[in-house]
Amino acid sequence: MLFTSLMSLLACSRPCGDSEGRVVADTPQTWRPRLVPKARLRWDAVEKRHMVIFPEAALLLNETAAEILKLCNGERTVEQVVDTLAQTFTATARAQIEEEVIELLARLRARGLLEV
Amino acid sequence: MSAPRPYTLVAEITYRCPLRCLYCSNPLTFHAWRDELSTEQWCRTFSEAAELGVVQLHFSGGEPVVRKDLCTLIRHARACDLYTNLITGGTLLNEENLKQFRDCGLDHIQLSVQDTDRDTADLVAGVHAYEKKLAVAHLITQVGFPLTLNVVLHRLNIERVPAIIDLAAELGAQRLELANAQYYAWALENRRALMPSREQYDQAEAIARAARQRYQGTMEVVFVKVDYFSDEPKACSGGWARNYMCITPTGEVLPCQAAHAIPNLRFPSVREESLIAIWQHSPGLNAFRGDSWMRQPCQSCPRKTVDFGGCRCQAFLLTGDAAATDPVCRFSPHHEVVLHAAAATSPEHGPLVYRDPRNSERFMASA
Repeated sequence: MLFTSLMSLLACSRPCGDSEGRVVADTPQTWRPRLVPKARLRWDAVEKRHMVIFPEAALLLNETAAEILKLCNGERTVEQVVDTLAQTFTATARAQIEEEVIELLARLRARGLLEV
Repeated sequence: MSAPRPYTLVAEITYRCPLRCLYCSNPLTFHAWRDELSTEQWCRTFSEAAELGVVQLHFSGGEPVVRKDLCTLIRHARACDLYTNLITGGTLLNEENLKQFRDCGLDHIQLSVQDTDRDTADLVAGVHAYEKKLAVAHLITQVGFPLTLNVVLHRLNIERVPAIIDLAAELGAQRLELANAQYYAWALENRRALMPSREQYDQAEAIARAARQRYQGTMEVVFVKVDYFSDEPKACSGGWARNYMCITPTGEVLPCQAAHAIPNLRFPSVREESLIAIWQHSPGLNAFRGDSWMRQPCQSCPRKTVDFGGCRCQAFLLTGDAAATDPVCRFSPHHEVVLHAAAATSPEHGPLVYRDPRNSERFMASA
Protein backbone atom coordinates (compact mmCIF):
# COMPACT_ATOMS: atom_id res chain seq x y z
CA MET A 1 0.00 0.00 0.00
CA LEU A 2 1.36 3.36 -0.95
CA PHE A 3 1.88 5.94 1.75
CA THR A 4 1.36 9.46 0.61
CA SER A 5 -0.63 11.97 2.55
CA LEU A 6 -2.59 14.64 0.81
CA MET A 7 -4.91 17.37 1.77
CA SER A 8 -6.71 19.83 -0.44
CA LEU A 9 -8.12 23.08 0.77
CA LEU A 10 -11.69 24.04 0.18
CA ALA A 11 -12.48 27.66 0.71
CA CYS A 12 -15.96 27.53 2.15
CA SER A 13 -16.51 31.22 2.16
CA ARG A 14 -14.73 34.24 0.82
CA PRO A 15 -11.32 33.19 -0.50
CA CYS A 16 -8.57 34.35 1.81
CA GLY A 17 -4.96 35.13 1.08
CA ASP A 18 -2.97 31.93 1.11
CA SER A 19 -0.22 31.53 3.69
CA GLU A 20 2.83 29.47 2.94
CA GLY A 21 4.13 26.97 5.46
CA ARG A 22 6.98 28.14 7.59
CA VAL A 23 9.84 25.77 8.42
CA VAL A 24 9.67 24.89 12.10
CA ALA A 25 13.09 24.48 13.66
CA ASP A 26 12.50 22.18 16.65
CA THR A 27 12.47 18.38 17.05
CA PRO A 28 9.18 17.20 15.55
CA GLN A 29 9.67 13.62 16.73
CA THR A 30 8.90 14.75 20.27
CA TRP A 31 5.75 16.66 19.37
CA ARG A 32 2.51 15.41 20.87
CA PRO A 33 0.25 16.68 18.10
CA ARG A 34 -3.48 17.16 18.04
CA LEU A 35 -5.91 19.38 16.20
CA VAL A 36 -6.52 22.77 17.84
CA PRO A 37 -9.89 23.15 19.61
CA LYS A 38 -11.37 25.25 16.78
CA ALA A 39 -10.80 22.44 14.26
CA ARG A 40 -12.62 19.14 14.00
CA LEU A 41 -12.06 15.92 12.08
CA ARG A 42 -15.23 14.69 10.44
CA TRP A 43 -16.33 12.08 7.93
CA ASP A 44 -17.83 13.58 4.79
CA ALA A 45 -20.62 11.37 3.51
CA VAL A 46 -20.76 13.15 0.15
CA GLU A 47 -17.11 12.77 -0.88
CA LYS A 48 -16.65 9.66 1.29
CA ARG A 49 -13.48 11.11 2.73
CA HIS A 50 -12.38 12.60 5.98
CA MET A 51 -12.22 16.33 6.30
CA VAL A 52 -10.86 18.81 8.84
CA ILE A 53 -13.34 21.64 9.35
CA PHE A 54 -12.52 25.00 10.92
CA PRO A 55 -13.64 28.60 10.46
CA GLU A 56 -14.50 29.54 6.87
CA ALA A 57 -12.82 26.53 5.27
CA ALA A 58 -12.29 22.79 5.21
CA LEU A 59 -9.46 20.49 4.26
CA LEU A 60 -10.28 17.30 2.37
CA LEU A 61 -7.95 14.53 3.41
CA ASN A 62 -6.99 11.36 1.66
CA GLU A 63 -6.98 8.11 3.62
CA THR A 64 -3.39 8.36 4.72
CA ALA A 65 -3.71 11.90 6.03
CA ALA A 66 -6.83 10.83 7.88
CA GLU A 67 -5.02 7.83 9.41
CA ILE A 68 -2.24 10.13 10.61
CA LEU A 69 -4.62 12.62 12.17
CA LYS A 70 -6.71 9.96 13.87
CA LEU A 71 -3.60 8.95 15.78
CA CYS A 72 -2.86 12.51 16.88
CA ASN A 73 -4.56 12.68 20.27
CA GLY A 74 -2.19 15.07 22.04
CA GLU A 75 -0.63 12.19 23.97
CA ARG A 76 1.14 10.09 21.36
CA THR A 77 4.44 11.51 20.19
CA VAL A 78 5.17 11.81 16.49
CA GLU A 79 7.63 8.96 16.96
CA GLN A 80 4.85 6.76 18.32
CA VAL A 81 2.52 7.82 15.49
CA VAL A 82 5.16 6.87 12.93
CA ASP A 83 5.79 3.54 14.68
CA THR A 84 2.07 2.70 14.49
CA LEU A 85 1.85 3.65 10.82
CA ALA A 86 4.99 1.68 10.00
CA GLN A 87 3.22 -1.42 11.26
CA THR A 88 0.39 -0.86 8.76
CA PHE A 89 2.31 0.49 5.78
CA THR A 90 4.91 -2.24 5.76
CA ALA A 91 5.90 -1.64 2.14
CA THR A 92 7.13 1.87 2.91
CA ALA A 93 10.41 2.67 4.63
CA ARG A 94 9.99 4.08 8.13
CA ALA A 95 12.14 7.08 7.22
CA GLN A 96 9.80 8.00 4.39
CA ILE A 97 6.73 7.62 6.58
CA GLU A 98 8.34 9.86 9.17
CA GLU A 99 9.16 12.48 6.56
CA GLU A 100 5.59 12.53 5.23
CA VAL A 101 4.05 12.63 8.69
CA ILE A 102 6.24 15.54 9.74
CA GLU A 103 5.50 17.38 6.51
CA LEU A 104 1.74 16.99 6.93
CA LEU A 105 1.84 18.04 10.57
CA ALA A 106 4.13 21.00 9.87
CA ARG A 107 1.75 22.26 7.18
CA LEU A 108 -1.21 21.94 9.52
CA ARG A 109 0.74 23.68 12.26
CA ALA A 110 1.68 26.55 9.94
CA ARG A 111 -2.03 27.00 9.23
CA GLY A 112 -2.76 27.22 12.93
CA LEU A 113 -4.67 23.93 12.94
CA LEU A 114 -2.35 21.80 14.99
CA GLU A 115 -0.97 22.15 18.48
CA VAL A 116 2.06 20.21 19.63
CA MET B 1 -27.04 18.88 -15.11
CA SER B 2 -26.83 18.41 -11.38
CA ALA B 3 -26.40 21.42 -9.11
CA PRO B 4 -22.94 21.82 -7.55
CA ARG B 5 -22.32 20.83 -3.95
CA PRO B 6 -22.84 23.67 -1.45
CA TYR B 7 -20.38 23.96 1.45
CA THR B 8 -21.63 27.04 3.26
CA LEU B 9 -25.01 28.16 4.55
CA VAL B 10 -25.51 31.61 6.01
CA ALA B 11 -28.74 31.42 8.00
CA GLU B 12 -30.16 34.91 8.53
CA ILE B 13 -32.48 33.78 11.28
CA THR B 14 -33.84 37.27 11.92
CA TYR B 15 -33.51 40.84 10.68
CA ARG B 16 -34.19 42.21 14.16
CA CYS B 17 -31.08 43.91 15.52
CA PRO B 18 -30.20 46.36 18.30
CA LEU B 19 -27.52 47.99 16.13
CA ARG B 20 -27.94 50.35 13.15
CA CYS B 21 -24.70 49.93 11.23
CA LEU B 22 -24.20 52.13 8.20
CA TYR B 23 -22.75 49.32 6.09
CA CYS B 24 -25.29 46.57 6.80
CA SER B 25 -25.94 44.06 4.02
CA ASN B 26 -29.56 43.44 5.02
CA PRO B 27 -32.16 44.66 2.51
CA LEU B 28 -33.18 48.31 2.75
CA THR B 29 -36.73 46.96 3.15
CA PHE B 30 -35.69 44.48 5.89
CA HIS B 31 -38.58 45.55 8.10
CA ALA B 32 -40.94 43.72 5.75
CA TRP B 33 -39.28 40.41 6.62
CA ARG B 34 -40.87 39.89 10.02
CA ASP B 35 -42.69 36.58 9.57
CA GLU B 36 -39.71 34.52 10.66
CA LEU B 37 -39.28 30.78 10.17
CA SER B 38 -40.12 28.63 13.18
CA THR B 39 -37.60 26.57 15.14
CA GLU B 40 -38.81 23.44 13.46
CA GLN B 41 -38.55 24.95 9.98
CA TRP B 42 -34.96 26.00 10.60
CA CYS B 43 -34.02 22.61 12.04
CA ARG B 44 -35.46 20.80 9.06
CA THR B 45 -33.55 23.16 6.78
CA PHE B 46 -30.27 22.44 8.58
CA SER B 47 -30.81 18.69 8.20
CA GLU B 48 -31.45 19.15 4.49
CA ALA B 49 -28.41 21.40 4.16
CA ALA B 50 -26.22 18.73 5.74
CA GLU B 51 -27.67 16.18 3.33
CA LEU B 52 -26.74 18.45 0.41
CA GLY B 53 -23.16 18.57 1.66
CA VAL B 54 -23.10 21.84 3.60
CA VAL B 55 -20.29 21.82 6.14
CA GLN B 56 -20.25 25.37 7.51
CA LEU B 57 -23.31 26.96 9.09
CA HIS B 58 -23.23 30.61 10.03
CA PHE B 59 -25.95 31.96 12.32
CA SER B 60 -26.45 35.51 11.16
CA GLY B 61 -29.05 38.21 10.79
CA GLY B 62 -29.76 40.99 11.99
CA GLU B 63 -28.66 39.86 15.42
CA PRO B 64 -29.11 36.07 15.76
CA VAL B 65 -28.91 36.18 19.57
CA VAL B 66 -32.31 37.92 19.49
CA ARG B 67 -33.85 34.52 18.75
CA LYS B 68 -34.88 32.75 21.96
CA ASP B 69 -34.54 29.36 20.28
CA LEU B 70 -30.89 29.82 19.32
CA CYS B 71 -29.73 27.06 21.70
CA THR B 72 -32.10 24.60 20.08
CA LEU B 73 -30.93 25.62 16.62
CA ILE B 74 -27.27 25.23 17.62
CA ARG B 75 -27.90 21.83 19.18
CA HIS B 76 -29.65 20.59 16.07
CA ALA B 77 -26.98 21.93 13.73
CA ARG B 78 -24.28 20.27 15.82
CA ALA B 79 -26.17 16.99 15.70
CA CYS B 80 -26.08 17.28 11.89
CA ASP B 81 -22.25 17.52 12.19
CA LEU B 82 -22.20 21.06 10.84
CA TYR B 83 -19.45 23.46 11.94
CA THR B 84 -21.34 26.26 13.64
CA ASN B 85 -20.34 29.91 13.72
CA LEU B 86 -22.26 32.71 15.43
CA ILE B 87 -21.94 36.03 13.60
CA THR B 88 -22.90 38.59 16.19
CA GLY B 89 -22.70 42.26 17.19
CA GLY B 90 -22.17 40.98 20.72
CA THR B 91 -24.34 43.43 22.63
CA LEU B 92 -26.85 40.76 23.71
CA LEU B 93 -24.20 38.28 24.89
CA ASN B 94 -23.37 37.61 28.52
CA GLU B 95 -21.57 34.91 30.46
CA GLU B 96 -24.73 32.89 30.99
CA ASN B 97 -25.88 32.62 27.38
CA LEU B 98 -22.31 32.13 26.15
CA LYS B 99 -21.99 29.09 28.41
CA GLN B 100 -25.35 27.81 27.19
CA PHE B 101 -24.23 28.16 23.56
CA ARG B 102 -20.98 26.39 24.39
CA ASP B 103 -22.87 23.54 26.05
CA CYS B 104 -25.13 23.24 22.99
CA GLY B 105 -22.06 22.72 20.83
CA LEU B 106 -21.42 26.11 19.20
CA ASP B 107 -17.96 25.88 17.62
CA HIS B 108 -16.95 29.45 16.99
CA ILE B 109 -17.97 33.10 17.38
CA GLN B 110 -17.41 36.00 15.01
CA LEU B 111 -17.78 39.34 16.76
CA SER B 112 -18.11 42.66 14.99
CA VAL B 113 -16.19 45.67 16.22
CA GLN B 114 -16.62 48.91 14.36
CA ASP B 115 -13.42 50.76 15.32
CA THR B 116 -10.84 51.25 18.05
CA ASP B 117 -12.00 54.82 18.49
CA ARG B 118 -15.09 54.72 20.69
CA ASP B 119 -16.83 57.77 19.24
CA THR B 120 -16.44 56.68 15.63
CA ALA B 121 -17.37 53.09 16.53
CA ASP B 122 -20.61 54.30 18.05
CA LEU B 123 -21.20 56.71 15.16
CA VAL B 124 -20.97 53.84 12.67
CA ALA B 125 -23.06 51.40 14.73
CA GLY B 126 -25.59 54.13 15.45
CA VAL B 127 -25.78 53.18 19.14
CA HIS B 128 -23.43 53.18 22.14
CA ALA B 129 -22.03 49.67 21.84
CA TYR B 130 -18.25 50.00 21.95
CA GLU B 131 -17.57 49.27 25.61
CA LYS B 132 -20.06 46.43 25.75
CA LYS B 133 -18.46 44.80 22.70
CA LEU B 134 -15.00 44.89 24.25
CA ALA B 135 -16.31 43.38 27.48
CA VAL B 136 -18.07 40.67 25.49
CA ALA B 137 -14.92 39.91 23.51
CA HIS B 138 -13.18 39.05 26.77
CA LEU B 139 -16.09 36.87 27.87
CA ILE B 140 -16.07 35.01 24.57
CA THR B 141 -12.47 33.94 24.95
CA GLN B 142 -12.82 33.27 28.69
CA VAL B 143 -15.72 30.91 28.07
CA GLY B 144 -13.40 29.15 25.63
CA PHE B 145 -14.63 30.01 22.15
CA PRO B 146 -12.28 30.60 19.29
CA LEU B 147 -12.87 34.19 18.26
CA THR B 148 -12.85 35.92 14.91
CA LEU B 149 -13.00 39.67 15.05
CA ASN B 150 -14.75 41.20 12.07
CA VAL B 151 -14.01 44.86 11.44
CA VAL B 152 -15.67 46.44 8.43
CA LEU B 153 -13.25 48.94 6.94
CA HIS B 154 -14.22 52.23 5.36
CA ARG B 155 -12.98 55.78 5.24
CA LEU B 156 -14.00 56.54 8.81
CA ASN B 157 -11.72 53.85 10.35
CA ILE B 158 -9.28 52.75 7.67
CA GLU B 159 -6.41 54.81 9.05
CA ARG B 160 -6.61 52.91 12.34
CA VAL B 161 -5.86 49.50 10.81
CA PRO B 162 -2.64 49.15 12.89
CA ALA B 163 -4.57 49.81 16.11
CA ILE B 164 -7.32 47.43 14.98
CA ILE B 165 -4.75 44.67 14.41
CA ASP B 166 -3.26 45.32 17.85
CA LEU B 167 -6.71 45.14 19.43
CA ALA B 168 -7.48 41.82 17.77
CA ALA B 169 -4.18 40.39 19.01
CA GLU B 170 -4.78 41.70 22.54
CA LEU B 171 -8.24 40.18 22.59
CA GLY B 172 -6.78 36.79 21.68
CA ALA B 173 -8.62 36.59 18.38
CA GLN B 174 -7.53 33.62 16.30
CA ARG B 175 -8.69 35.39 13.19
CA LEU B 176 -9.12 38.99 12.15
CA GLU B 177 -11.23 39.93 9.17
CA LEU B 178 -10.38 43.36 7.86
CA ALA B 179 -13.49 43.38 5.75
CA ASN B 180 -13.62 46.35 3.46
CA ALA B 181 -17.22 47.51 3.16
CA GLN B 182 -19.00 45.94 0.23
CA TYR B 183 -21.21 48.45 -1.53
CA TYR B 184 -24.65 46.93 -1.51
CA ALA B 185 -27.78 47.70 0.52
CA TRP B 186 -27.07 50.20 3.35
CA ALA B 187 -23.37 50.51 2.50
CA LEU B 188 -24.36 51.58 -1.00
CA GLU B 189 -26.72 54.20 0.44
CA ASN B 190 -23.83 55.52 2.54
CA ARG B 191 -21.12 55.01 -0.05
CA ARG B 192 -20.03 58.66 -0.29
CA ALA B 193 -19.31 58.67 3.43
CA LEU B 194 -17.70 55.22 3.51
CA MET B 195 -15.58 54.90 0.38
CA PRO B 196 -11.89 55.34 1.24
CA SER B 197 -9.37 56.93 -1.09
CA ARG B 198 -7.14 54.75 -3.22
CA GLU B 199 -4.13 55.79 -1.13
CA GLN B 200 -5.85 54.87 2.13
CA TYR B 201 -6.93 51.54 0.68
CA ASP B 202 -3.51 50.61 -0.69
CA GLN B 203 -1.85 51.51 2.58
CA ALA B 204 -4.33 49.42 4.56
CA GLU B 205 -3.70 46.46 2.29
CA ALA B 206 0.07 46.79 2.75
CA ILE B 207 -0.30 46.94 6.53
CA ALA B 208 -2.58 43.90 6.49
CA ARG B 209 -0.12 41.95 4.36
CA ALA B 210 2.73 42.67 6.78
CA ALA B 211 0.55 41.71 9.72
CA ARG B 212 -0.43 38.45 8.07
CA GLN B 213 3.26 37.51 7.96
CA ARG B 214 3.99 38.71 11.46
CA TYR B 215 1.07 36.81 13.03
CA GLN B 216 1.28 33.70 10.94
CA GLY B 217 0.51 30.63 13.03
CA THR B 218 -1.13 32.64 15.85
CA MET B 219 -3.69 34.94 14.27
CA GLU B 220 -4.99 34.67 10.72
CA VAL B 221 -5.27 38.14 9.20
CA VAL B 222 -7.68 38.33 6.29
CA PHE B 223 -8.06 41.39 4.09
CA VAL B 224 -11.32 41.32 2.17
CA LYS B 225 -10.86 43.52 -0.84
CA VAL B 226 -13.29 46.00 -2.27
CA ASP B 227 -13.38 45.41 -5.96
CA TYR B 228 -13.95 49.06 -6.92
CA PHE B 229 -10.15 49.40 -6.75
CA SER B 230 -9.57 46.52 -9.08
CA ASP B 231 -10.23 46.15 -12.78
CA GLU B 232 -10.82 42.43 -12.52
CA PRO B 233 -14.07 41.16 -10.99
CA LYS B 234 -14.06 39.14 -7.79
CA ALA B 235 -15.17 35.52 -7.78
CA CYS B 236 -18.30 36.61 -5.98
CA SER B 237 -19.51 34.00 -3.44
CA GLY B 238 -17.35 31.49 -5.29
CA GLY B 239 -19.82 31.65 -8.18
CA TRP B 240 -23.61 32.18 -8.24
CA ALA B 241 -25.34 29.38 -6.30
CA ARG B 242 -22.28 27.22 -6.53
CA ASN B 243 -20.76 26.55 -3.09
CA TYR B 244 -22.57 29.10 -0.96
CA MET B 245 -26.13 29.99 -0.03
CA CYS B 246 -27.90 32.48 2.19
CA ILE B 247 -31.37 31.88 3.64
CA THR B 248 -33.44 34.89 4.71
CA PRO B 249 -35.60 35.06 7.85
CA THR B 250 -38.65 34.03 5.81
CA GLY B 251 -36.82 31.09 4.26
CA GLU B 252 -35.97 32.35 0.78
CA VAL B 253 -32.83 30.65 -0.51
CA LEU B 254 -30.53 33.20 -2.10
CA PRO B 255 -27.11 32.85 -3.67
CA CYS B 256 -25.80 35.68 -1.41
CA GLN B 257 -26.91 38.34 1.06
CA ALA B 258 -27.38 40.98 -1.66
CA ALA B 259 -29.45 39.09 -4.26
CA HIS B 260 -32.78 40.39 -2.97
CA ALA B 261 -31.84 43.60 -4.81
CA ILE B 262 -32.24 42.00 -8.24
CA PRO B 263 -35.87 42.23 -9.44
CA ASN B 264 -37.74 39.56 -11.42
CA LEU B 265 -35.92 36.63 -9.88
CA ARG B 266 -37.98 34.01 -8.08
CA PHE B 267 -36.38 32.58 -4.95
CA PRO B 268 -38.65 29.94 -3.43
CA SER B 269 -38.74 29.67 0.34
CA VAL B 270 -38.14 26.52 2.41
CA ARG B 271 -41.71 27.10 3.57
CA GLU B 272 -42.86 26.01 0.10
CA GLU B 273 -40.39 23.25 -0.82
CA SER B 274 -37.49 21.30 0.62
CA LEU B 275 -34.05 22.85 0.48
CA ILE B 276 -32.94 19.85 -1.56
CA ALA B 277 -35.50 20.64 -4.28
CA ILE B 278 -34.81 24.37 -4.11
CA TRP B 279 -31.05 24.00 -4.46
CA GLN B 280 -31.62 21.93 -7.59
CA HIS B 281 -34.59 23.65 -9.26
CA SER B 282 -35.02 27.21 -7.97
CA PRO B 283 -35.42 29.59 -10.93
CA GLY B 284 -33.48 32.29 -9.08
CA LEU B 285 -30.59 30.00 -8.19
CA ASN B 286 -30.43 28.67 -11.75
CA ALA B 287 -30.65 32.12 -13.38
CA PHE B 288 -26.90 32.70 -13.29
CA ARG B 289 -25.45 29.28 -12.56
CA GLY B 290 -22.67 28.11 -14.84
CA ASP B 291 -21.89 30.30 -17.84
CA SER B 292 -24.76 29.84 -20.28
CA TRP B 293 -26.22 33.22 -19.22
CA MET B 294 -23.02 35.10 -20.11
CA ARG B 295 -22.96 37.50 -23.01
CA GLN B 296 -19.79 38.84 -24.55
CA PRO B 297 -17.11 39.64 -23.60
CA CYS B 298 -17.65 37.32 -20.61
CA GLN B 299 -18.58 34.23 -22.60
CA SER B 300 -15.20 34.11 -24.40
CA CYS B 301 -13.15 35.38 -21.47
CA PRO B 302 -10.39 33.09 -20.16
CA ARG B 303 -11.07 34.41 -16.63
CA LYS B 304 -14.65 33.16 -16.56
CA THR B 305 -13.61 30.00 -14.74
CA VAL B 306 -11.70 32.12 -12.22
CA ASP B 307 -14.18 34.90 -11.43
CA PHE B 308 -17.36 33.11 -12.60
CA GLY B 309 -18.42 36.36 -14.27
CA GLY B 310 -18.03 38.52 -11.16
CA CYS B 311 -20.99 39.93 -9.26
CA ARG B 312 -24.55 39.93 -10.65
CA CYS B 313 -25.90 42.11 -7.87
CA GLN B 314 -23.27 44.71 -8.58
CA ALA B 315 -23.98 44.53 -12.32
CA PHE B 316 -27.64 45.20 -11.58
CA LEU B 317 -27.06 47.95 -8.99
CA LEU B 318 -24.61 49.87 -11.15
CA THR B 319 -25.89 49.20 -14.69
CA GLY B 320 -29.54 48.16 -14.28
CA ASP B 321 -28.87 44.79 -15.93
CA ALA B 322 -28.08 41.74 -13.81
CA ALA B 323 -26.68 39.87 -16.82
CA ALA B 324 -24.28 42.65 -17.82
CA THR B 325 -20.55 42.40 -17.47
CA ASP B 326 -19.58 43.27 -13.90
CA PRO B 327 -18.68 46.97 -14.24
CA VAL B 328 -15.56 46.39 -12.15
CA CYS B 329 -14.17 44.63 -15.21
CA ARG B 330 -12.03 46.83 -17.42
CA PHE B 331 -13.83 45.36 -20.43
CA SER B 332 -17.24 46.48 -19.21
CA PRO B 333 -18.72 49.37 -21.23
CA HIS B 334 -19.87 50.69 -17.82
CA HIS B 335 -16.46 50.57 -16.15
CA GLU B 336 -16.52 54.39 -15.86
CA VAL B 337 -19.26 54.09 -13.24
CA VAL B 338 -16.91 52.23 -10.92
CA LEU B 339 -13.99 54.55 -11.58
CA HIS B 340 -16.21 57.52 -10.83
CA ALA B 341 -17.60 55.97 -7.64
CA ALA B 342 -14.12 55.02 -6.40
CA ALA B 343 -12.98 58.59 -6.89
CA ALA B 344 -16.06 60.21 -5.38
CA THR B 345 -14.73 60.40 -1.86
CA SER B 346 -14.74 63.51 0.22
CA PRO B 347 -13.32 64.33 3.64
CA GLU B 348 -16.78 65.45 4.72
CA HIS B 349 -19.43 62.86 5.14
CA GLY B 350 -22.92 63.81 4.00
CA PRO B 351 -26.14 62.67 5.66
CA LEU B 352 -25.83 59.17 7.08
CA VAL B 353 -28.63 56.65 6.56
CA TYR B 354 -28.83 54.34 9.58
CA ARG B 355 -30.10 50.80 9.29
CA ASP B 356 -33.20 50.79 11.46
CA PRO B 357 -36.93 50.03 11.19
CA ARG B 358 -37.87 53.66 10.68
CA ASN B 359 -35.54 54.17 7.72
CA SER B 360 -36.48 50.78 6.40
CA GLU B 361 -40.16 51.75 6.44
CA ARG B 362 -39.27 54.83 4.39
CA PHE B 363 -37.64 52.61 1.76
CA MET B 364 -40.63 50.28 1.84
CA ALA B 365 -42.97 53.20 1.22
CA SER B 366 -41.01 54.39 -1.80
CA ALA B 367 -40.48 50.91 -3.29
